Amino acid sequence: MSSLHKIGVFVCWCGSNIAATVDVAAVAEAMRAEPNVVYATDYQYMCSEGGQSRIREAIKEYGLTGVVICSCSPRMHEATFRKAAQSAGLNPYMVEIANIREHCSWIHKDRMDATAKAIVLARTALAKLNLNQPLTAGESNVVKRALVIGGGIAGIQSALDIAEAGYEVDIVEKTPTIGGRMAQLDKTFPTLDCAACILTPKMVDAAQNEKITLYTYSEMESVSGFVGNFTAKIRKKARHVNEDLCTGCGLCQEKCPSRKAKNEFNMGLNTRTAIYIPFAQAIPNVPVIDTEQCIHFKTGKCGLCQMNCSAKAIDFEQQDEIIERQYGAIVVATGFRPISLERFDEFGYSQNPDVVTSLEFERIMNAAGPTKGQLVRPSDGKHPHCIVFVQCVGSRDTSGCGKPYCSKICCMYTAKHAMLVREKYPDVEVHVFYIDVRTPGKNFDEFYRRAVEQYDVDYIKGMVGKVSSHGDKLQVQGSDLIADKQIIIDADMVVLAAAIEPDPEVRKIATMLTASIDTNNFLTEAHPKLRPVESPTAGVFLSGVCQGPKDIPETVAQASAAAAKVIGLLAKDKLKRNPCVAHSDEMLCNGCSACEKVCPYGAISYMDKEFRVPGPKRTEIRRIAVVNEAVCQGCGACTVTCPSGAMDLKGFSTKQIMAEVDAICR
Amino acid sequence: MSIEETKKEYKPLIVAFCCNWCSYAGADLAGTSRLSYPADVKIIRVPCSCRVNPLFILRAFQRGADGVIIAGCHPGDCHYTSGNYYARRRMTLLFSMLDYLGIERARTRVEWISAAEGVKFSTTMNEFAKTIHELGENKKLEDLRCKELLK
Amino acid sequence: MQRVIEIIKEKAGKLLADGTVDRVIGWKDGEFFYDPTPAVFSAGELENLRYDSFCGANVSKYLIAETKKEGKILALLKPCDTYSFNELVKEHRVDRDKVYVLGIECRGKADINKIRDLGIKGIESIEELPGDELLVHTIYGDKTCKLNDVLLEKCLCCKSKTHVASDDLALTGEPMPEAPKDRFAMVAKLEMMTPDERFEFWRGELSRCIRCNACRNVCPACSCLKCVFDNDASGVASKANADTFEENMFHIIRAFHVAGRCTDCGECSRVCPQHIPLHLLNRKFIKDINEFYGEYQAGADTTSRGPLTDYTPDDVEPSIVMKRGGDQ
Repeated sequence: MSSLHKIGVFVCWCGSNIAATVDVAAVAEAMRAEPNVVYATDYQYMCSEGGQSRIREAIKEYGLTGVVICSCSPRMHEATFRKAAQSAGLNPYMVEIANIREHCSWIHKDRMDATAKAIVLARTALAKLNLNQPLTAGESNVVKRALVIGGGIAGIQSALDIAEAGYEVDIVEKTPTIGGRMAQLDKTFPTLDCAACILTPKMVDAAQNEKITLYTYSEMESVSGFVGNFTAKIRKKARHVNEDLCTGCGLCQEKCPSRKAKNEFNMGLNTRTAIYIPFAQAIPNVPVIDTEQCIHFKTGKCGLCQMNCSAKAIDFEQQDEIIERQYGAIVVATGFRPISLERFDEFGYSQNPDVVTSLEFERIMNAAGPTKGQLVRPSDGKHPHCIVFVQCVGSRDTSGCGKPYCSKICCMYTAKHAMLVREKYPDVEVHVFYIDVRTPGKNFDEFYRRAVEQYDVDYIKGMVGKVSSHGDKLQVQGSDLIADKQIIIDADMVVLAAAIEPDPEVRKIATMLTASIDTNNFLTEAHPKLRPVESPTAGVFLSGVCQGPKDIPETVAQASAAAAKVIGLLAKDKLKRNPCVAHSDEMLCNGCSACEKVCPYGAISYMDKEFRVPGPKRTEIRRIAVVNEAVCQGCGACTVTCPSGAMDLKGFSTKQIMAEVDAICR
Repeated sequence: MSIEETKKEYKPLIVAFCCNWCSYAGADLAGTSRLSYPADVKIIRVPCSCRVNPLFILRAFQRGADGVIIAGCHPGDCHYTSGNYYARRRMTLLFSMLDYLGIERARTRVEWISAAEGVKFSTTMNEFAKTIHELGENKKLEDLRCKELLK
Repeated sequence: MQRVIEIIKEKAGKLLADGTVDRVIGWKDGEFFYDPTPAVFSAGELENLRYDSFCGANVSKYLIAETKKEGKILALLKPCDTYSFNELVKEHRVDRDKVYVLGIECRGKADINKIRDLGIKGIESIEELPGDELLVHTIYGDKTCKLNDVLLEKCLCCKSKTHVASDDLALTGEPMPEAPKDRFAMVAKLEMMTPDERFEFWRGELSRCIRCNACRNVCPACSCLKCVFDNDASGVASKANADTFEENMFHIIRAFHVAGRCTDCGECSRVCPQHIPLHLLNRKFIKDINEFYGEYQAGADTTSRGPLTDYTPDDVEPSIVMKRGGDQ
């Protein structure tokens, strides 16, 4: 093969950048003497139009099969020279760069040394090029449909934006309604507008948009495939209510005699019926039967809902349904939950009903909540006169009980709660224990200052050590670090700003998608600064708190950013792939699965294939590795793990690198 | 350069495998910043430190390299998320084995150099080249018979 | 008390008769009485089956080819062989469903050279006596020796008397010999030498290599369809030692390729005609793996991730090598 090569070498002066230190003519001359080199020259600026046309002309004139360019870093102009070569009919991957600027002329002073090194680098590039194979970037189709996992504000926003651009989107939401955490909120900071007022119109938009399909009360079953071509299986759990027939009248809910189930939407502060619609504005406005609570499912009796349903929508026989669909892109928007406070004994959360989390407090303050918006204590329904808020409960906690990170939203919502209480009930004393108040964001610090200055909220820098019951009061012992003293406050209610953590479902979903996850279960970005809404797995995008704590405006911004990335992807008819990918020689593969284990992208799978073996008409089945070229990113981890050398990397093959080593050590 | 000249001053041969995303870019930055290091260091670009096969390292020594250094992204920063973690285990074990066979420990090295660490790249290469210079010719690993023939 | 071979023959006979298995892999007489060789037996051939103090050979590797064939095979595996077997199952090289594993008792295997080293000459045959004693028939009359004094290197550091994979067991129930010595002692001793001393040691050992490939061929982990050293396309193919480094390269790479997969079965050293202590290379990797990444025994199960296909974010840095024992 290599003897048929006709190679041209072009040595760039880069003005005086290279030529001042490296004798470019000597490099060209030395290269002219190398086997396979039929042409070698030097030129002032190879990257200029003049330089590029020299490459094109030489390719045509000498019928070059490969080109070595001795110039600046390939990170600078590899793409330029590949394009130039391609325009003259040469395969772009038959171009190799010897970096004689950054790695040579710019760092060496001695002209002899630098020239000698430049020659070695040029020979090394030539040695590699001699073994290059023309590579063609493969193409794959893009399925023009997106999947959004999670129907909170992040998922809704991403879906709306993608639908707006004209693409089909499916939202998979595990609960019976879309809306997510935001639907549970009362007011939103820093404007204090009601969450439902701004969220529910978006929920309706999503439901009515003909490009959007909602799969509520549904879970992800599996995902396979790769960017542009994912296949997802969605389990649509049986609601036992026919969505097409149900009118959402709510009569079933009224008639249901099983009323003991904890109301998840109200954070368990009250109960709900066994057949239920999570909240008034739920979408879809279709109830679901909680089979663990339903008397019919438990005893076979009852059936009151079915008898009362004039639409005949109740279907006790309904089964889970598996939906299989193709998607081009996937947005993960699985959101968060407050951490469990079981391990924080000092606050007496599990022991005392008047110690509540901020999300529970949010429901108490909400006009549609369990107390109809009346601020009363969960224990006795009495109006509280003193409320203590505790921030950083489980956040910035390195003790192991909580989370090491800052949950980011707690400072602001605590200020919001404090302000709302003082606004509605000026008689209530409000204290806030904090470690630091962190309020970066537009109008955020102003908001916090209003709480302190205008609403007289008592902010105390310090931690709470203990909350204990004393009669019908809660004794809060804490330290005031500024006054440097221990203080005791007799409170009626204590509100804990519990840290937030990614929804535990995300682990399962990350595994399905081979998307990486950090030690706190947040999904990892492809690049923390420059690719913040992409997962390292191509075609998977991140939206909302699943990537890291954030408030509503940030979530919405990220959701739209993820949508923009999805739209950019779906707008393409074909995806060009990186041709420098791994491939396995089936004649050498042992099928041992080592490569699969180290592949960060799940690009390797195995198949059983029949092979001829010596002997008359004998065959045997062997397990062999197959690389999905659309998924492989070309890192090469598999090539070194493979003991037989079956796995190799195009563009950086074992033989090529070995040839480079030999050329340097010649 | 004549053979006499090369005999006069010992010039070590150092092969550096640099990952494309961090360390090769770090070397570029060292160049852009004009941070010099000896011309004895020759860089081979690989996509990731996990592409470096122990075979390459042994081959370099066999063909007369006096030192081999592998540079990759800092742990946790790998462009491919986990490549350098595998490289780290492989190189730790390989270097330990070479040490066990009596090869001077300082001839092999792994460094994590980010694209922003031009200074670190240059300092590392200077240090490494100095160490190798002090160690002198690699007599234990190279192909001695080949050497004899050349003389 | 029934001897192990009788138990094995009885169980194997039954399994062949009732059709559970079609063949048996075990050992038959070899060229000399002290080198029984692995062999496959069909029903009716069991009288040639042999199992005694010289059946050190690990038959698990043969199962790669045997499980490609029709039918089920009964494999006679000693405790240490079951580790190799598990590793092969883990790597999808052996179809577990096509093997019936009979875990057989092993009291340690004898090394003929060590018997000769005791000064016993003109050996004609050897018989096993109760109490782990060997009766050596020589042309000069009968001698005896303790099995414990003539154990194979691999048995001196026996990793377990328990089978990690088996469908049935063939045990006599007699008390087992006592626990082995520290298998890393020699590695540790080498580590404490100076680099020059180590270099001289390995130069002396490895330069004797004749590249017969016996180590590679017997190794259950070295089971590639085609070895990189035989593959012209690999760029490192070499059939013989072309230069003074070639054998280093071969043995380092061979040990590296099996690192994390080598169960320390010791077959490489047992079969080396040049008596190169190759197991000391593998054990170095095992010792390092245990020290750096936590205790790991390849073949202890069929599902765990090997240490070289795994990592933790806070693994030790390669520079740890600079900080370890031995003068530099």
